Amino acid sequence: MQQQTAYETPYLEAFDAFQGGHASGDPAFIQAHRREAIERFGAQGFPTARRGNEAWKYTDVGPLARIPFQLPDPSRGALVKQGQLKTASFGSGEWPKLVFVDGTYSEELSNLPRSRNGVTICNLAEAMTRRPEVVEQHLGRLASQEENGFTALNAAFVHDGAFVHVSKDYAAEHPVLIINLSSGKHPDSVSHPRALIVAEEGAGATVVEMHASLKGSRYFTNAVTEVVVTPGATVRHYRVQRQSPHAYHIATIKAEVGRDATFDSAAVDMGASLARNNLGVTMAGEEGHAALNGLYLVGDAQHVDNEVVIDHAAPNTSSRELYKGILDGKSRSVFHGSIIVRKDAQKVNASQADKNLLLSEQAEADTKPAFWIYADDVKCGHGAANGQLDENALFYLQARGIDRASARTMLVRAFAREIVQLIDLAPLRDYVDRQVIKVIPQLQSGAA
Amino acid sequence: MATPEVISRETGLGDSGYKYGFVTDVESEVIPPGLNEDVIRLISEKKNEPEFMLEWRLRAYRHFLTLVEQEQVPQWANVDYPPIDFQKIVYYAAPKPKVTLKSLDEVDPELLATYEKLGISLEEQKRLAGVAVDAVFDSVSIVTTFKEELAKHGVIFCSFSEAVQNYPDLVKKYLGSVVPYADNFYAALNSAVFSDGSFCYIPKGVRCPYELTTYFRINYAESGQFERTLIVADEGSYVSYLEGCSAPQRDNNQLHAAVVELVAHDNAEIKYSTIQNWYPGDEEGKGGIYNFVTKRGRCQGVNSKISWTQVETGAAITWKYPSVLLQGDNSIGEFYSVALTKGYQQADTGTKMVHMGKNTRSTIISKGISAGHGSNTYRGLVRVNSRADNARNFTQCDSLLIGDQCSAHTTPYVEVRNSSAHLEHEAYTSRVSEDQLFYCNQRGMSTEEANALIINGFCKEVFRQLPLEFAVEATRLMELNLEGAVG
Amino acid sequence: MVLDSPVLEVRNLWASVGDAPILKGVNFRVMPGEVHAIMGPNGSGKSTLANVLAGHPLYQVTEGEVLFRGEDLLSMAPEDRARRGFFLSFQHPIEIAGVRLDQFMRASYNAVQKSRGQEELDALKFDRLVKSKSKLVELDPTLIRRSVNEGFSGGEKKRTEILQMSILEPTLAILDETDSGLDVDALRVVAEGINQLRTTDNAVVVITHYQRILEYIVPDVVNILSNGRFVKSGRRELAFEIEARGYDWLQETEDRVGVGP
Repeated sequence: MQQQTAYETPYLEAFDAFQGGHASGDPAFIQAHRREAIERFGAQGFPTARRGNEAWKYTDVGPLARIPFQLPDPSRGALVKQGQLKTASFGSGEWPKLVFVDGTYSEELSNLPRSRNGVTICNLAEAMTRRPEVVEQHLGRLASQEENGFTALNAAFVHDGAFVHVSKDYAAEHPVLIINLSSGKHPDSVSHPRALIVAEEGAGATVVEMHASLKGSRYFTNAVTEVVVTPGATVRHYRVQRQSPHAYHIATIKAEVGRDATFDSAAVDMGASLARNNLGVTMAGEEGHAALNGLYLVGDAQHVDNEVVIDHAAPNTSSRELYKGILDGKSRSVFHGSIIVRKDAQKVNASQADKNLLLSEQAEADTKPAFWIYADDVKCGHGAANGQLDENALFYLQARGIDRASARTMLVRAFAREIVQLIDLAPLRDYVDRQVIKVIPQLQSGAA
Repeated sequence: MATPEVISRETGLGDSGYKYGFVTDVESEVIPPGLNEDVIRLISEKKNEPEFMLEWRLRAYRHFLTLVEQEQVPQWANVDYPPIDFQKIVYYAAPKPKVTLKSLDEVDPELLATYEKLGISLEEQKRLAGVAVDAVFDSVSIVTTFKEELAKHGVIFCSFSEAVQNYPDLVKKYLGSVVPYADNFYAALNSAVFSDGSFCYIPKGVRCPYELTTYFRINYAESGQFERTLIVADEGSYVSYLEGCSAPQRDNNQLHAAVVELVAHDNAEIKYSTIQNWYPGDEEGKGGIYNFVTKRGRCQGVNSKISWTQVETGAAITWKYPSVLLQGDNSIGEFYSVALTKGYQQADTGTKMVHMGKNTRSTIISKGISAGHGSNTYRGLVRVNSRADNARNFTQCDSLLIGDQCSAHTTPYVEVRNSSAHLEHEAYTSRVSEDQLFYCNQRGMSTEEANALIINGFCKEVFRQLPLEFAVEATRLMELNLEGAVG
Repeated sequence: MVLDSPVLEVRNLWASVGDAPILKGVNFRVMPGEVHAIMGPNGSGKSTLANVLAGHPLYQVTEGEVLFRGEDLLSMAPEDRARRGFFLSFQHPIEIAGVRLDQFMRASYNAVQKSRGQEELDALKFDRLVKSKSKLVELDPTLIRRSVNEGFSGGEKKRTEILQMSILEPTLAILDETDSGLDVDALRVVAEGINQLRTTDNAVVVITHYQRILEYIVPDVVNILSNGRFVKSGRRELAFEIEARGYDWLQETEDRVGVGP
């Protein structure tokens, strides 16, 4: 408890009101889980950027910690209308949709299909009573409270959230859309979005997680997602972050990939003043495969930090990891990838790369692609590259009559396309591509 | 007092394959173990140092104390060892008699024999053509060869102690200018207690006609070795410098905490090569040298170049990051490294390339080989500061694993604050494949021969940076070290 | 020298990878001066046979014996087989980064020479030897200074294999699909190189899918390998028949054999 400082106090104080009020009806195991988590948060506090704390070397969460963010008052009800969802939505109206406004589940905005055999999609609070065995088995197992102060804090306030469960040998017919929307109507508010995605043996699911805002206000999103990919299952998990430019966004995504299972993920970060994503994937069974792709476009004074840890705990597993960044203004990006190959995990094939395109003199890209290898029969490669737009290519386009700004957009879009093309869901691919085109000129405005 | 324990393996290879594990029976003058201001005063007094040196040492010592109090012993490296008791270390040990030597004839024959056995000839007639040697035995430099010939060219190559006496202005100007005493824990310790080392100054426009070599030898049982090397290449000069290291085979761990500073002025070039073969400990990981070294060069002038090449095969633990500060426009930094860990050896090594000037270029080629229970970490930083326009870096750090008990780690840091920078980083980890071995077997080579061939191929890019005679030495050393470690 | 003693004698050879048997009782005998062809469809066990004879650790011999110049071949380490004059030209020659081809070949040559108590060559003398042999396979001389097989074209790899064969002068050379990936001109060059290396004392076993190479290297014996054993044996004409009819008819034959009492 020595670590406890004023920074943690508002959250500790809010806990009792939350546990005893809004969420008091949750099952006992959840209540106990939350109590344990708040104590852990109190003890751990926010991570510090002090010397020796490698995981937070390049990202200082001090500015976030100093603001006493508050849980929004749930009694104020829904503040968002169906029409306002458009900017954060795409794809077919048939797709199941779970919508959360400022962290609270919105039944009227959501679109849940009539219950189908094998697939359960619902609010987590509902799943706690409807599918308690699944929730109890998996919630907090991969994203442990012990991970850091943020995961503990999320666990302490876990209630509403996305729950996607696909039974053995079933495939979810449509992609599932999870929309976390910030209304901007509660200044300095905090939300703790949570998602639990479980694909049982041989099952298949595609899940898109969206974080967006309606207004450019200041708030703090502290999200945790757990993805269980059991043997033979396939999960595609795509995440798009378009938070307000003043938002703080912390996300932890943990996945476990079983034998013969596939986890395919892509993350696109465009918003937030500070975004930090902790993606951790454990390759737990032989012949499992993971593809982790990321794209970040930042400008102005934005800061985006991707920590990606792939733990090859089983032999004959493979992973491909490609992150690309586009930086303008005084923005800063951090990438620290770690590939761990455990002692008996022979025949692992892993690669990681981070490539950055710096569009301005003031932007900074810090990259740390690391290996931790304890087995000898492995093939691991990594790469990193930083550079600017190719002047010759720009000139060539200009010589063909294309103005410089368009030429620039064209080349930046081409740089991003390598990631965009890896998204195995056409409507999302088009959406991201459109967003990229839209955001490129905006990035420039931050340039000095 | 100086009665070295009897070591059975005077010559030839022991079980651990370490050839240089013998002890020389010389009488030593020793300051008893422990560290306090009096010890530092005593070291300074024994070396008849001017006041500024003593003051500098004391400042460093006081800083070191604050680090100890704040428990700022570096912990970030990926190496594992019990805490060091700094009061149990002998900070000064010198072979007797300590008189100023006028020629090689006055050197204790035991010492000459020692270096002979190590393959380092101090007798000039038997010299390697074009190689000048400074031999450092425990805390002091015992002899420097070729001094007069070098002097004709204006090249100063002498022990650090002599430099303090004869060239105090140069020492005062450059000492701590690249690695300040407050740089890190072991640099502070070294600055306080360093006893000797080599000093080189290459005057303007001179291309040093000899390879300059320092051979470091730890002999005394409880002593640490804290030497300091300072090389200054004035405008338009060139020097190639090589250091070699070895130590007797002992059960206790001994600390070697050196500091090397290089300064390259306009259009100057320094090529610094290391073949490090400190005693690595026995098969169970007992004993061996802790090799905690700070090496840094400053490319101060325009078009200057500093190139580090290291072959690290020895030491129980190696912790060193030869670095280059690329200050001058168009300056070039290079780092070529082979690090071999076998038995229970641990290495955490790499480089820092800090791009400050415009059009600066750096190249990093690191080859890590892990065998047995060895742990090998590449740790490197490439930083491009905001004013370093058009900086270029190419990094390649590859690891080779032999056996399933060893590990290899790669932790590169890339920090770019200038959009015109072009950086490329590549790394691969693999092992000698069964198919490669079989292919060589099919052509008549034994598995051991095949391994040596493949591993030398893996290291080739680094070895070819070494002066020819040392490249041969390095190849031989690798083969020697890998005997029994593979296959 | 005893005339009429076989260079290679394979008796009831069974071999497997893991639990899967690949060779199921192969028998043949190669006499000095002979050229044998072993043909067979993909997956019939041709490369396995070559690798087993060379001692590849992936394969386990479960039954049978092999005599090479009267000695028990299977008990020897791969390098000892090579040193006694057994050469395998690999179907897929291995790349070794950083090791120059000339260094590799000299290490190989000297290892073989040393085991025979014959003169080892220094770099200079070896260079001369290589130069004289390179012409045989019309090898681009710059390849010699490059890393072993790294970035070589298929044809260059195969020529390099035959160059090594010419330097080591083996008693028995097994050429595993040396013709695959070669165009007609390259095939002719390689085949002529091989022919020039033939003497009355040594022998060649050509493993191939197609009879094309056999137009240049004329076999004394043609064996057809199918599903791990020889299903048909004949003279050169058998290869033409294979060319004309494919392998299917042989499998039928084999099936019939399999159904028999």
